[in-house]
Amino acid sequence: MAKYVGEKIKRTEDPRLIQGIGHYVDDIKLPDTLHVAFLRSMYAHAHITGIDTSEALAAPGVVAVYTGKDVADKVGAVPCAGALPDLKVPDYRVLANDHAVFVGQPLAAVVATDKYAARDAIDLIMVDYEELPAVVDVEEAAKEGSPLVYEEYGDNIAYRLTSGEGDIEAALGAADKIIKQRVVHQRLAPIAMEPRGVLARYFPGEQELTVWSSTQIPHLLRTQLAIMIGIPENKLRVITPEVGGGFGSKLNVYAEEALLGWIAMQLNKPVKWIETRRENMQATIHGRGQVGYIEIGCKNDGEITGLRYNVFADMGAYLQLLTPAIPTLTGLMLSGCYKIPAIQMNITACFTNKMATDAYRGAGRPEATYVIERAVDLVAAELGMDVVEVRRRNFPQPDEFPFATKTGLSYDSGNYQGALDKALAMADYTGLRQMQKQARDAGRIVGIGVSTYVEICALGPSQAMPAGGWESATVRIEPTGKVTVLTGISPHGQGEETSFAQIVADEFGIALEDVTVIHGDTAIVQYGIGTFGSRGIAVGGTAVFLAVEKLKEKAKQIAAHMLGADASSVTFKEGKFSKPATRAASVAGGVSDPDVPVSEAPAAALPEPNVEDKQISIQDIALAAHIARELPPGMEPGMSATHFFEPTNFTFPFGTHICVVEIDKETGDIKIVKYVAVDDCGKVINPMIVEGQIHGGIVQAIGQALYEEVVYDEQGQLITGTLMDYALPKAAMIPHLELDRTETPSPVNPMGVKGVGEAGTIGATPAVVGAVVDALSPYGVRHLDMPLRPEKIWQAVNQA
Amino acid sequence: MNKAVSIKVNGTAHTAEIEPRLLLVHYLRDVLGLTGTHVGCETSICGACTVMLDGQAVKSCTILAIQADGSSVTTIEGLAANGVLHPVQEGFWEKHGLQCGYCTPGMIVAGAQILLRNPHASDDEIRHGLEGNLCRCTGYQNIVAAVKYAAGKINTQAASGD
Ligand code: FES
Ligand code: FES
Repeated sequence: MAKYVGEKIKRTEDPRLIQGIGHYVDDIKLPDTLHVAFLRSMYAHAHITGIDTSEALAAPGVVAVYTGKDVADKVGAVPCAGALPDLKVPDYRVLANDHAVFVGQPLAAVVATDKYAARDAIDLIMVDYEELPAVVDVEEAAKEGSPLVYEEYGDNIAYRLTSGEGDIEAALGAADKIIKQRVVHQRLAPIAMEPRGVLARYFPGEQELTVWSSTQIPHLLRTQLAIMIGIPENKLRVITPEVGGGFGSKLNVYAEEALLGWIAMQLNKPVKWIETRRENMQATIHGRGQVGYIEIGCKNDGEITGLRYNVFADMGAYLQLLTPAIPTLTGLMLSGCYKIPAIQMNITACFTNKMATDAYRGAGRPEATYVIERAVDLVAAELGMDVVEVRRRNFPQPDEFPFATKTGLSYDSGNYQGALDKALAMADYTGLRQMQKQARDAGRIVGIGVSTYVEICALGPSQAMPAGGWESATVRIEPTGKVTVLTGISPHGQGEETSFAQIVADEFGIALEDVTVIHGDTAIVQYGIGTFGSRGIAVGGTAVFLAVEKLKEKAKQIAAHMLGADASSVTFKEGKFSKPATRAASVAGGVSDPDVPVSEAPAAALPEPNVEDKQISIQDIALAAHIARELPPGMEPGMSATHFFEPTNFTFPFGTHICVVEIDKETGDIKIVKYVAVDDCGKVINPMIVEGQIHGGIVQAIGQALYEEVVYDEQGQLITGTLMDYALPKAAMIPHLELDRTETPSPVNPMGVKGVGEAGTIGATPAVVGAVVDALSPYGVRHLDMPLRPEKIWQAVNQA
Repeated sequence: MNKAVSIKVNGTAHTAEIEPRLLLVHYLRDVLGLTGTHVGCETSICGACTVMLDGQAVKSCTILAIQADGSSVTTIEGLAANGVLHPVQEGFWEKHGLQCGYCTPGMIVAGAQILLRNPHASDDEIRHGLEGNLCRCTGYQNIVAAVKYAAGKINTQAASGD
């Protein structure tokens, strides 16, 4: 009966976006808005011994200048939600007071009548810096004698943590071979194409503060901002208009958001700050930033006996919302899609004088997948086995699900062989290997990489989450029959205005056009958690689905009452409730209203519900529920249901990616000549959107594998400060991607959906690196660290 | 010292007194309120600010508004004609050429430019034609498909003579 679910439905978001008439934060114009610009630390590590703002204050158009001293006891610290034993949480303030810990840290805010004037005045602020030695390299930071980011801690260790199960010593002891490899997960910049931005307005009479912010988490942001600024949460409204991408970078609570809110309250005027790209590179969270040591044990037949991963995790200079939690996610996923009898991870999380790291698409899981997939490739290389065979050898079988890992997880469902076989067939793996042999004989450098990944999605059960992992939805049918959905998630490109409408329209048997999905306004939408961790459909969508079910049940009771039938005998199909044919109609004529004389009834009264003999539409029931003259005894009027969905487990999408590369011997240039991906994200609501998510994810992964890296020099200066220096993949650098799917429903939620937002980013990086390493294996290469720039490749080829 | 400029935008003549340093993108967004043109980098890399200046796609973040004095500008808001989407806009909708939509106005203008120069552009030519535009969401594949779709549409229209 599904008309929309499972179909490629064009997105309802698009008409406004393709015409340039949607509204991102900077597109919202309020009268008398003042503009804010920030002075940021030019040193990675320094004492601030003085700030003189007098000249800036006197500049034309400048209304106010604030420094750390002005706000020290007014605005609270930037929050960190990580709850780990013995975690050191620096007291990081919205403006630095006397100690700057990274390049780009805000020191002062200028407020002026226009943005040009605000930026001009920044140059007029005099800062006395006393430069301190900077800590840049994460492994150096962990060493005794390293300069310290925070003297008071005595070292740079934010926390240490050991996780995993099974006797790792015994497991490695039982191995025929132990392979060790150091791997680097370089720092990346998320680079949402829309930088961050905040607009804040305060109404002193109503004592209401409204903050428009380009965020993924409007409700969590509201709670945290209320605490930081010290105003009642119910006097603060956060609105998230169109958001131009997030990728985790907007899953946070930033200094600028709180400061703008506070400034609006000081000046009683709207204030706006739109991040420049340079600020975005400096002071929006980075991702990854791990250096790890793999130790994997295997039998001679390829069976994995154990895995140890000792990792130095670069926290940066302070902790943003989830900074310390990211490496722990790596620990959860180290088993990959393999049966590994013992796993141990030892995290040494360190402070450095760089921007904080935090969730970037995949958030800790791409690191895990990269570790285990590289490790499996190393096993294959060591044993002289095919990379596919080693993988197969260690897969759990489909009937072994739910599958318990030695990292403490229970994988919900899976068929790893199925996805692998499909991808091998699509790519013609046997043919590819023959082609490779011929190419090599002809002196060409060709490689094939395979990644069989599993990821953890639908974040998640609240027990495992720092601030709630449930999601909410309210579904209402208005008196005119239009359906309104209020969702607690906050999509920013994922298309849930469309996919949620697909679910609702099918469940109610109505037209897609009759459903409107509203999100991202805390004054309209009930509390929700937000969009991240591939949770939109699996948690948010399930909340919508269950709210619809509640409403259908209520509608059924009303239908039975109006049709004069027993609820158990009433059926619902294509938008209409029907009673069995045998019973005579009894409700014709309706019920008169005994209390309101007809003459006093409002002139523009609602229309009457249309009750046919044996059936009634859901819209007419909604109307009847609002008129409320004909409801079953004791039933609440209205047609609205809210559901807060708490998932019982995560979901675990998986798949196989195959990448083929050819390397130019002369230049070291890598060309991806074929890319095949078979992903399984459970049931699919809109295949077009799913494909789009996978495309985008794969390209970000290719970016990490080949091009992207946030680089700081030894003094902690940011070298990649603009998009001229930070290499994002462009269209011509990317091959055509061949996609297919398998479909293994999740038992965790009623729709069987799993989530897909991060799959590409997680699955693709090891396939690309594996292909390059495979290409270079005749030159004795078993591993190379990302990004695989031509220079590195050229050296491997020409200096072998 | 403010300067007077007159610029035709989406077919309508506008005159304004502006600071000589005002960027064209800020003139469009802040003076005229045409906020469909976006800013993603301010350094001529991302292409979110792409508009047509006298028929040529340019990056409005690196042009002063006074340099456009006497010129004619088409922004994303001016692409649809009489309520009918431009074929490239239609292609983006049909082929899921956008996710967050932030790069989209620039991509659509750049796509239109590619087809103006070469209505039969191949996948490769389209990818190279988009050299100056970054998208972080889509992985470009559906953007290429969108421009192809538009090419097909434009060529059929041309063939049928309307
Ligand atoms: S804003 Fe003009 S190219 Fe990026
Ligand atoms: S659609 Fe988001 S940047 Fe292109």
